[in-house]
Amino acid sequence: MSVLPYLAAGWIFLIGVYGLVTSRNLIHAVGCLTVTQSSTYVLLVAIGYRRGGTAPVFSDLPPGARVVDPVVQALALTDIVVGATVTALLLALVVQLRKRHGTVDPDKLAELRG
Amino acid sequence: MSRPVRLWVFLVGAVLVAALYAWACFDLPSFGGDHHPYGDRAVRTALAQHTANAVSSVNFDQRAFDTLGEQTILFAAVLGTVVLLRQVRGERRTDPTPAPVADRVRWFGVLMLPVALVVGFYVVAHGPLSPGGGFQGGIVLATALHLLYIAADYRALERIRPVGLYEVGDAVGEAAYVVTGLAAVLAGSAFLANVVPHGTFNTLSSGGTVAVLNIAVGMEVACGIIVLLARFLDQAVEIEETAEETGAR
Amino acid sequence: MAAGELLPLVVAVPLLGSAVLVAAGRRLTRIAADALGAAFAAGTVALCVFALIGVLEGPAVAWAGGWRPKDGLGVGIALVGDPLGVGLAALASVVTVAAFVYSWRYLEEPPPRHAGGFPALLLLFQAGMCGFTLTGDLFNAFVFFELMSVVAYALTGYRVEEPRPLQGALAFGIVNSLGGYCMLLGIALLYARTGELGMAQIGRALGTGEPDALVLAAFVLVMTGLLIKAAAVPFHFWLPDAHAVAPTPVCMVLSGVMVELGVYGAARVYWTVFAGPGGVSHSSCTRTLLVIGVATAVLGAAMCWQQRHLKRLLAFSTIGHVGLFLIGVAVLTPEGVSGTALYVLGHAGAKAALFACVGILLARYGSVDEYELYGRGRELRLVGVLFGVGALALAGVPPFGTGLGKAVAEEAAGQQAPWLPAVFVLVSAVTGGAVLRAGLRVFGGAGPRPPAEKADGEPETSGAEEEPETGDRLGRVPGTMLAVPVALLAGALAVGVLPGFAAAVGAAGDHFADHTGYLGTVLGSGSALSHVSASPHWTAAGVVLDLVSTALAIGCAALAVWRPGRTGHPGASGWWTPIRRMQSGHIGDYVAWALAGVALLAVLTVPGMLL
Repeated sequence: MSVLPYLAAGWIFLIGVYGLVTSRNLIHAVGCLTVTQSSTYVLLVAIGYRRGGTAPVFSDLPPGARVVDPVVQALALTDIVVGATVTALLLALVVQLRKRHGTVDPDKLAELRG
Repeated sequence: MSRPVRLWVFLVGAVLVAALYAWACFDLPSFGGDHHPYGDRAVRTALAQHTANAVSSVNFDQRAFDTLGEQTILFAAVLGTVVLLRQVRGERRTDPTPAPVADRVRWFGVLMLPVALVVGFYVVAHGPLSPGGGFQGGIVLATALHLLYIAADYRALERIRPVGLYEVGDAVGEAAYVVTGLAAVLAGSAFLANVVPHGTFNTLSSGGTVAVLNIAVGMEVACGIIVLLARFLDQAVEIEETAEETGAR
Repeated sequence: MAAGELLPLVVAVPLLGSAVLVAAGRRLTRIAADALGAAFAAGTVALCVFALIGVLEGPAVAWAGGWRPKDGLGVGIALVGDPLGVGLAALASVVTVAAFVYSWRYLEEPPPRHAGGFPALLLLFQAGMCGFTLTGDLFNAFVFFELMSVVAYALTGYRVEEPRPLQGALAFGIVNSLGGYCMLLGIALLYARTGELGMAQIGRALGTGEPDALVLAAFVLVMTGLLIKAAAVPFHFWLPDAHAVAPTPVCMVLSGVMVELGVYGAARVYWTVFAGPGGVSHSSCTRTLLVIGVATAVLGAAMCWQQRHLKRLLAFSTIGHVGLFLIGVAVLTPEGVSGTALYVLGHAGAKAALFACVGILLARYGSVDEYELYGRGRELRLVGVLFGVGALALAGVPPFGTGLGKAVAEEAAGQQAPWLPAVFVLVSAVTGGAVLRAGLRVFGGAGPRPPAEKADGEPETSGAEEEPETGDRLGRVPGTMLAVPVALLAGALAVGVLPGFAAAVGAAGDHFADHTGYLGTVLGSGSALSHVSASPHWTAAGVVLDLVSTALAIGCAALAVWRPGRTGHPGASGWWTPIRRMQSGHIGDYVAWALAGVALLAVLTVPGMLL
């Protein structure tokens, strides 16, 4: 099943979106967003994998050793930083929202309509 | 929309998206394959640039411009959080009350703090050589300080955490990255070019600007995360709504 | 310095400015912080202009880190300065400067020792937008996409004292982040196929293969991210919520530039990455963008007409216009691109000026409600005139840039389908008419007084009882807040009348729509322009259609104001209620629609490509 890792990424994405759609708590919703994002880590790292390869760090490897793709690892690192910062910012918004509205239930936030 | 309608909209979308994605997966190169042209070039370039950690070479040399954006996203998010979690009208600060801490927790914190700091500095400094680097080490450093919050109390943390200074550190880290890039322009090369001699392979001074940018990032991440957590802790521990504001709700 | 060397500086200078502001922000007074921020932003405008002059001759490429590829293979990131990209960076910078000047006397006094926060965020926003327009690398585009998003969330929620901005910012943040992750999944799929990240390199690699499901999925996912940013239907729900609540200077940048960058990104990615033989066929891409564009234009205009909250009204008119921009791009011709570019330039001026006028109302009366403000703006004669001119410019009155852009895009679209110009005319008439209607009521006190209370049970956001963003209500309108809309409208006018300007934009469109030329420029195999089209100019047919839409806008507005029984109290027209209910303010709803939108994109693209 050489496509299984890729399919797993898709599954994680959809399950995160499902959580966002049905969430009754904004903190939970922000968590679901990070789940959705995890799918991108899985897909990136799966794409960069090389069977039998090790980490692309040559301090104790001979040049020419079999390593996995370093580019996707760098991309995944960037992605993680993006995810963490977005989460922090959204949580800051939720903290203030809780103070102004006294609720974190999206069903009860309906000031912006029509 | 009512919940069931929303769920139906989701389900229709999800089924189609899942079908599309699964179809696409069967056209992907098979898992673990050997087709990584960019990766192979990146590894060759990393070795030519005397940077043992190829991921760091990609991050701080070959695609250093990406990392500039990435670091700036962190900088922006910290700044945004500082702005969003500011003390507003109708809120006041209260003095946090110390909570009792179990002796074992206290000892654990006191013992781990120096260890965590050393590990953090090590991970930052060895970014060009071994797994890790500015981002990872910066996080370790930032969380290390917060061991004090767990082991002692909030006031102990506040004493070693002058937030204003860390805000400056955050900005200096960001500026250092940009200035390093601009220095290369002044030296007659391209923005963010690795113009510094690359040093001996697998030593701390190898990799040229990789080491410099790596430390700039480490500084920014450590300071930025400390400021970020300080804002959240402020909200949790210090800032209170006054009765008037609560009543207005 | 050559134009290429200036490109990274366009990103670096505002970044450096924001770092300086944060480092020194605790010691700076508000005036000093604002002046410093404005100076960095204005310096970036100068860099953009110099770069623009340089690239008018032909696109320039800068390899960050000096990683120029050897034999077409490289490891670095390219910054590509084609006239359109650099021009948009210049536009983003100019509007940022306008926001700086406007907020000089506008925003409430910042908390002590945080004077640097707001200007630093604006500079980061500027850097994000400039980076996004200039990058030639798909992953780097994602990074700058996220940078401008993150800053925009924070700026939207800036007024944390109030509940509404937080809701708007959260919806904005969650939906746009989801878009970013879709885009990244698409980029990962393209990387797996081609082993490249540069747009030109991916485009070259796809050029040799056959289109398959992977290419389709990558196209759909990348487009999803960009269309969410562009607020295209059905990804548009976040925009009115965010733009209605963001501080007014921020709205100017959001509505005037950021949303349009989504359209730019979609067009850029199609032409560089997917336009080759192994990508997505022209007809598939045209069909997808055209359907989405028409739906966006019509829905935006219809919802715009229904609003009484002035900022929401302007936000929906932005959606309507984004629909028109998408149609202009969808025909995939250089003429469509240059028409859309002119339209975007004119629209940015007009829309930002209108937001500036609404900001003055908010600062003075603590309300942005069309009904509550009835007749109260009579004392602000100059603001009223500016608002009226802005409304007419939105409707496409000649010789404003919106009119020229609309005429050129219309003609290009008409070659695809003869009924498309009608969409342009109607949508600009309705959005312009809605703004004009509000202007007549607020500044002219025209017609009978509308009922101020909210209609019972109707899904509606009134604009009454907003807190003025100035802290206290303004007695006198500061000169800077008047100068900004005047200058912006003058800019919108200049786009239409400045000799030689349209020709330059026409040449920019030729470069933009040249797939092989772009690949040649970036990969260093020559860059002769493959197709030179006639430069866009005023035509008799275009002027007539512009005048028709202007007349229709005036007619709609007059009818609504003086015969309210006919067109109704907006909330009362029953058959729109279900569609207004869809704009529910519920994050779960918005995410569900976004996912359905991904599926819609796939369904629209697949015929003729794989099936």
